[in-house]
Amino acid sequence: MVQNNKRAAIWRTPLAIIIVLIHFAPIYILLGMAFKSPKDVTSRWILPGYIYKQNFDIAINKGNMLAGLYNTTIITVSCIVLIIVFGALAAYPLARNRSKFNGGIKAFVLGIMMVPPLSILVPLYTVMAGLKGTSTYWGIIVILTAFQLPMSIFLYTNFISAIPTALDEAASIDGCGPFRTFFLVILPQLKPITASVVILTGINCWNDYQFSLYMLQSPKIKTITLTISSFFSQNSNNVNAAAAAALMGILPVILLFLSLQKYFIKGMVDSAIK
Amino acid sequence: MKVKTKHIMNLFYIPALLLFVAFVVYPFTQGIRISFTNWNGYSQAYKYIGLDNYIRFFKDKNVLGAFVNTIIYGFGSTIVQNILGLAYALFLNSKFTGRSVVRAVIYMPVMIASLIMGYIMYFLVQYDGGAINDLLILFGKAPVDLMSQGPRAVLIMTLINILQFVGISMVIYLAGLQNIPEMYYEAASIDGVNAWGQFKYITLPLLMPAISSAVVLNLIGGLKLFDIIMALTAGGPGYSTHSLSTMVTNMYFRGQHAGYSATIGIFTFIFIMIVSNIIVRYFDKKEVEM
Repeated sequence: MVQNNKRAAIWRTPLAIIIVLIHFAPIYILLGMAFKSPKDVTSRWILPGYIYKQNFDIAINKGNMLAGLYNTTIITVSCIVLIIVFGALAAYPLARNRSKFNGGIKAFVLGIMMVPPLSILVPLYTVMAGLKGTSTYWGIIVILTAFQLPMSIFLYTNFISAIPTALDEAASIDGCGPFRTFFLVILPQLKPITASVVILTGINCWNDYQFSLYMLQSPKIKTITLTISSFFSQNSNNVNAAAAAALMGILPVILLFLSLQKYFIKGMVDSAIK
Repeated sequence: MKVKTKHIMNLFYIPALLLFVAFVVYPFTQGIRISFTNWNGYSQAYKYIGLDNYIRFFKDKNVLGAFVNTIIYGFGSTIVQNILGLAYALFLNSKFTGRSVVRAVIYMPVMIASLIMGYIMYFLVQYDGGAINDLLILFGKAPVDLMSQGPRAVLIMTLINILQFVGISMVIYLAGLQNIPEMYYEAASIDGVNAWGQFKYITLPLLMPAISSAVVLNLIGGLKLFDIIMALTAGGPGYSTHSLSTMVTNMYFRGQHAGYSATIGIFTFIFIMIVSNIIVRYFDKKEVEM
């Protein structure tokens, strides 16, 4: 058995290297291209021996990358706040009042999670146009919030269900109504699951393309994905500047992921295991 | 708890429900209504045309092609993502140096916007100077215009989706594997059960809940594929790489057939609902049997 393990360990390292090479190849190509001069015609597999910063200047000045990052930040942060507040609030009665009626509400929330966003694109666009919500911050914020809320309610409901009710009861005996019980007893305990909610739903808001593409048609309010897609179509001959733009678009989430990896993976597992 | 307290508590989900009703349920009912009209998306005038859009759907070669593509995107991705994800999880469940690096590299693309992932992949599959063609030339082969043929482009985009999201099933399986008590394997090896037998009789049955979650998540993700297609082919050449999702937007904003577009949307919704329900029920039954 011990020998067997040793033999097994030998092939692990080369296999690990092959896996890493395959999965990292796209990012490697992107990095090389982003720092390469457009005049450099060497293969994309060869990293430049220099740093060509102008690609980023073009992406920032002509591509309006900073405005894109700014808009996306405003939208994502607002969504996250609403998703946490509405999600935690909605989860409290669903976890504590297990009536038949609330069971129905819970099933309804899970059903919302299944709706493919684009299947209601036509009417949603009409509704938003009627409310004058197209090309506004609030318009995209309420839509993204509505579509990310079920995940948040689901996670908070599971989490609150596992908190002993003894604390609620103690608070109730001390004369706390449901509002004070929620804010003073339940809310402070939700920190670990809130990390998962923020990461899971925040990434989806940050990366959104399908809603933003149609709801944000004014050039003034372009998100990062929209900025990059219009930059790509306008600069198809300057792939290096396009690569720089793409790199700037993914850098915030990659850095966040690398520094908070544990929480990202825990969030994913929380959302998947019932 | 007092009845009155319970009623007050139920008020807490009102804000969430209002959002759902206003921006999901109401639009959905409107979608059903629009799907029975010939509305073009902007004019005031339209009329109800009964089931015409639905009949058109089943006669429309382009839309049926998009439906077939959606099935390939959805099921192709799900099958490979789960087999590969499980293989990665089994590999990473053993201790070796660099293990956490491998896990991070596989999982990282999950965080990247699919649209940007599509653009990054464009640098690899491009005909002129694309990284894959560079490799082909290096090995003395002729460069290939990879995205020029519909079926091949569909497979390549399925592969890209797999590569980007295989990390999801991997971490779900890893968590599942870590929940299986070591002593089961110890007992099995004392009884002389070999590695394959241990996998078949211990690992797989105990992973069932994880398999169920991973399959459903991957399937819904794959069936909704949109961003990667928009970045790489926008449905072309012709209509050969469209999914139902890209077809909806194409019919609405390019084709100005809002009524027909709503029909495709409603069909997509019903299809995804039926498929995910069948899958969830299948796995629920499996979990009980085991």
